[in-house]
Amino acid sequence: MTSYRHHPDRIAALVQDDRVHRDLYLSEEIFALEQERLFANTWVFLGHASQVPEAGDFVTQEVAGRPLLMVRQPDGAVHVMYNRCAHKGTQLVTDESGNVGRFFRCPYHAWTYKLDGAPLGLPLKNGYEGTQLKACESGQGLSVVKHVKVYRDFVFVRLSDAGPSFEDYFGAVLGAIDNMVDRSPEGKLTVGGGVLRNIVRCNWKMYLENINDTVHPMSTHESATKAAEALWEGHAPTDPKPMAMEQILPFGSGYEFFDKMGGRVFTNGHSVLGVNFSIHSNYAQLPEYEAAMQAAHGAERAADILQRSPQNSVLYPSLSVKGSPQAIRVIRPLAADRTLIEAWSFRAAGAPALLFERAMSYNRLVFSPMSVVAHDDVHLFESIQQGLRAGGNEWVSLHRNFDAAELAQATITTNGTNELLMRNQFRAWAKAMASEVAA
Amino acid sequence: MTGDPRDFVAHEAALLDERRFDDWLALFADNGHYWVPLLGAAQADPFSHNSLAYEDRLLLQLRVDRLKNPRAHSQHPASHSQHVLQPSRIESETGDEVRLRTPFLYVEARGESQILLSGTARHHLAQTPSGWRIREKRLDLLNAGRALPAIQLFI
Repeated sequence: MTSYRHHPDRIAALVQDDRVHRDLYLSEEIFALEQERLFANTWVFLGHASQVPEAGDFVTQEVAGRPLLMVRQPDGAVHVMYNRCAHKGTQLVTDESGNVGRFFRCPYHAWTYKLDGAPLGLPLKNGYEGTQLKACESGQGLSVVKHVKVYRDFVFVRLSDAGPSFEDYFGAVLGAIDNMVDRSPEGKLTVGGGVLRNIVRCNWKMYLENINDTVHPMSTHESATKAAEALWEGHAPTDPKPMAMEQILPFGSGYEFFDKMGGRVFTNGHSVLGVNFSIHSNYAQLPEYEAAMQAAHGAERAADILQRSPQNSVLYPSLSVKGSPQAIRVIRPLAADRTLIEAWSFRAAGAPALLFERAMSYNRLVFSPMSVVAHDDVHLFESIQQGLRAGGNEWVSLHRNFDAAELAQATITTNGTNELLMRNQFRAWAKAMASEVAA
Repeated sequence: MTGDPRDFVAHEAALLDERRFDDWLALFADNGHYWVPLLGAAQADPFSHNSLAYEDRLLLQLRVDRLKNPRAHSQHPASHSQHVLQPSRIESETGDEVRLRTPFLYVEARGESQILLSGTARHHLAQTPSGWRIREKRLDLLNAGRALPAIQLFI
């Protein structure tokens, strides 16, 4: 049954000014349409160029349900191709990452391709003389993703030919990536320490909403924060804290703290939470690192970079950035009720090892499948996924601080507990989903 | 409990399955660590690569205390575990210390769902006047880097 595919008005009606309909989270048809219209038509984070440092290095990754291949070229460029042999469709590589050497060779019939996907050779080629192979898609080599943007080593793709340019799509929120990269005195990050990968049985949008939700920590994380506070009781506020305590205790901050941290929304669903300060603002100072940053950027700029530590910046629809600690989360939707969440840590060239330790420690404590903080979040997302099936009320409320004037503004700076940051995501969602542009 | 470190390993797992977490925590030395490397058996240390868990006694205490909190929402309903151990093998003995390997299956059940993990537990134990204490419990999971659902108790 298709209720939505040919009814853009029905899709648009799922997102009202101050609330959204449960089908957004429950419908498999909506999920399929999201893959086609949202994830294929917008700029989606694929990976980081440091994952493929040498020519022939590759990483496989799915975007919008399509298997892709990110490959480092002999000239240093990063290309993205569909992971599908031009002959029968075999995946050219099935490892998550590796080095393919100087060319790809299909394991099925040994068709070969250059690293940029151009056809190289095939066995028994006399058999193709007089056929149409060369003229058709299968003779052209691998299908290439044409719209790839490598922004300060962050690799994004837009699978559809239609859609906004990279800069127009993200705009000012790219400052979140700039800030994270600029925290390296040498302006260079590399992925480090592997990726923590979680399967959560909920819709991907719930997870993304929660990244902008500051009203939940007090109640959701009470068990972890109360335990941490009790363990730390008796210490003076100025006592140096173990890194784990430094990172966990701020989750117990009160409503006023989260409200005052402030938030900002941008067009196309992007946002920055914690424009004034955040739970990451009070990590111990590192004088030698600050000196290196001043030498690299000048005193004023260095102070500006280091003082900016928003809680989360969302590059809609799938990337969430924390400049401090140097960590990102990537949201990979698997089904209407199943989402893969990845937590990545970065090493910043020229910065002390402690920064990398902070990123790994934060991810381990907060985003590992064995996290002590995330269990309660995950339980609640999975509970929502079930609870929404209840009748009686088909709507999810996003009323907090709604102001009709927000509908006419592109960029708004507001209080940290305003559900505007979520409403803004759904307005971008509705805009993308109403379009029938095919990839 | 006898002085055989192999019996200690079995006792340690049984305490977890009986949810006797305070008794379990008391088995750790003051500087003891609990470690689940993200690369499994291939991982050299907990610093150059991340881990699913790398915890000292302070953090283990935090986990145990959290589980007791009535607002530990993810424990409604509560999780339960079952360790299925193969016989422990002594890897090395030096002075008052011993290292053992114990292949295991670990099942964690909660409500309608249950997860199954497998791997090898590697215990580094030190003899003290009050018996064996854990210097390090390392759990090398098979396929540790795969996407996992929440693991709420102690493997």
